[in-house]
Amino acid sequence: MSIFVDDDTRVVVQGITGGEGKFHTEQMLEYGTNVVAGAVPGKGGQEVAGVPVYDTVDQAVAEEDADASVVFVPPAFAGDAVFEALDTDLDLVVAITEGIPTQDMAKVNKRLSEVDTRLLGPNCPGIITPGEAKLGILPGNIFESGNVGLVSRSGTLTYQVVSNLTERGIGQTTAIGIGGDPIIGTSFVDALEAFEADTDTDAVVMCGEIGGEDEEQAAKFIAENMDTPVAGFIAGRTAPPGKRMGHAGAIVSGSGTGTAESKIGALNDAGVPVGDTPNEVADHIEDFL
Amino acid sequence: MRLHEYQAKQVFADAGIPTPDSRLASTVEEVMDAVDDIGYPAAIKAQVHVGGRGKAGGIKIATSEEEAREAAESIIGMDLKGYEVDKVLVEAGVDFENELYVGITMDRGEGEPVAMVSTEGGVDIESVAEETPEKIAREHIDPAFGLHPYQARKVVFEAGIPKDVAMDVASILSTLYDLYESKDASEVEINPVMITSDREVVAADAVMNIDEDALFRQPELAEMEDEAAGDELEAKANEYGFDYVRLSGNVGIIGNGAGLVMTTLDLVDYYGGAPANFLDIGGGAKAERVTQALDMVFADENVDSVVFNIFGGITRGDEVAKGINEALEQFDEIPKPVVVRLAGTNAEEGMEILNKDLVQVEGTLEDAVQRAVKNAEEVTQ
Repeated sequence: MSIFVDDDTRVVVQGITGGEGKFHTEQMLEYGTNVVAGAVPGKGGQEVAGVPVYDTVDQAVAEEDADASVVFVPPAFAGDAVFEALDTDLDLVVAITEGIPTQDMAKVNKRLSEVDTRLLGPNCPGIITPGEAKLGILPGNIFESGNVGLVSRSGTLTYQVVSNLTERGIGQTTAIGIGGDPIIGTSFVDALEAFEADTDTDAVVMCGEIGGEDEEQAAKFIAENMDTPVAGFIAGRTAPPGKRMGHAGAIVSGSGTGTAESKIGALNDAGVPVGDTPNEVADHIEDFL
Repeated sequence: MRLHEYQAKQVFADAGIPTPDSRLASTVEEVMDAVDDIGYPAAIKAQVHVGGRGKAGGIKIATSEEEAREAAESIIGMDLKGYEVDKVLVEAGVDFENELYVGITMDRGEGEPVAMVSTEGGVDIESVAEETPEKIAREHIDPAFGLHPYQARKVVFEAGIPKDVAMDVASILSTLYDLYESKDASEVEINPVMITSDREVVAADAVMNIDEDALFRQPELAEMEDEAAGDELEAKANEYGFDYVRLSGNVGIIGNGAGLVMTTLDLVDYYGGAPANFLDIGGGAKAERVTQALDMVFADENVDSVVFNIFGGITRGDEVAKGINEALEQFDEIPKPVVVRLAGTNAEEGMEILNKDLVQVEGTLEDAVQRAVKNAEEVTQ
């Protein structure tokens, strides 16, 4: 089994005619994802990689019965693109775009609280259920189907940890990138809750980083609600306070909250072992299985 | 992106927030001309991105020509926590009775902006928030509607602001929110708002941080960025458009994706080395970006060794390898040893392209980091 996406998921790609949109649509199709439509204003009637393009998400959903969207729209227009997706009753919207202004995301976040759609991201690599579907930019070849769930704030760190798992023959149920921005749709807690409910997920990897308090909240959730064992990794131990380390969310305030230390401490207190290296995370998972 | 006090004050003043009369100066003579215009007492304030400027000797009050000259001579050119002071703001001193705090920032946990008001102004507000949080009144703002006037009044009254100036403070708060929204700020703050003996309110300081992701629609503020840049290498990174942070170690680090680059830094530290920088070449980087990244890291004289850690997803290993070759083939002798680790999309193609006479190649993240740390150790021994 899996969470959030499987081989029934029907995908519309917003921004399918752009360079990234086109390239990754081809990659997703090659992986076996049901990409059923594209949506680009003014490009309706065209085809990309054999996929029909519509002018609006609404048309794409109505004509092709899509239930998920992946957003490859440039940052200046991406907030609007997510609003458009949220107005069409999709089950899932995956926003890949990096660099959406935070205040645009605050408005999106407000709308999100009024609808039933799940948003993943923005600034995330997407989601993959190995062997079934991938929505986003993750390199499909490093993933294997199996019994470990993975949720991460960082794309490339996800790849690193997954390759450490796959090399040992440990496959994944679903891997989710939730994104590194200060305001995101799906949180660690949302993903952990879904993995806990998934009977095929026997262990979970959670990759966090400095900034915010999402990991601390996740630690609390794990202690109170999870039987499935979780192993963690926290990036940014060496980050100086006050500096933004690439991800907009990865900034430590001077007062000691949001540091790697506080996150690792909270996870350890919740019974979650935290690896010093990505490889050590795989060691912990191996111990669980 | 953080504005200097004088830049933020100009933005605030243009929006109608009362600020003291002031001039920017970069020489002692300019300071003397400014105090001639403004009169005494005058505050002379270093314009650098450092907290606690006052305590560090970066702010002085002058009540005479002699004091003004002394203050100017001691502040201009001084080293303030690693930043050289090349500009000061000369500002009319305010005769005040009370100091207040007002600010707006994003509460990321709630995903909403929050307005904060306190009678405890003129002090380190983070300590107030930590030790006596009840002394700061807070009001969350629906980003779809903005700050309603009643909310501004509510938070001001809740904070216990004296009634005769409460409406003026509420009005400043409303203006601050308009600026926060229209200028894509991540933080706006006045600490302190001074209440004068004539019961007028004046912004005696100004903090404004802008969301860097929104600079594309804030061209006027983007122009201020050059002046606001501190470190020379960080300014160069701005020019190239890299996410870059300079650190104090000697192992240069280049990678793709913020989380993986941070992890590489952490591993350098874990294996006994010290990272010289954070440098994320970003997603989908082409050969030219890689060349620029190497140029950045080589330009840092503290760097003794370099490690490349690329896990391709959207980024392709062959493009990265081409960039590394192009950058290194320019040199008769490679300035610092470079260790490369390539994985993910097109990594195999990349490994075939990579000129192995110029770099050291490692198969895993751990091996690459350990080798780079060892390279750096050999230089320093």
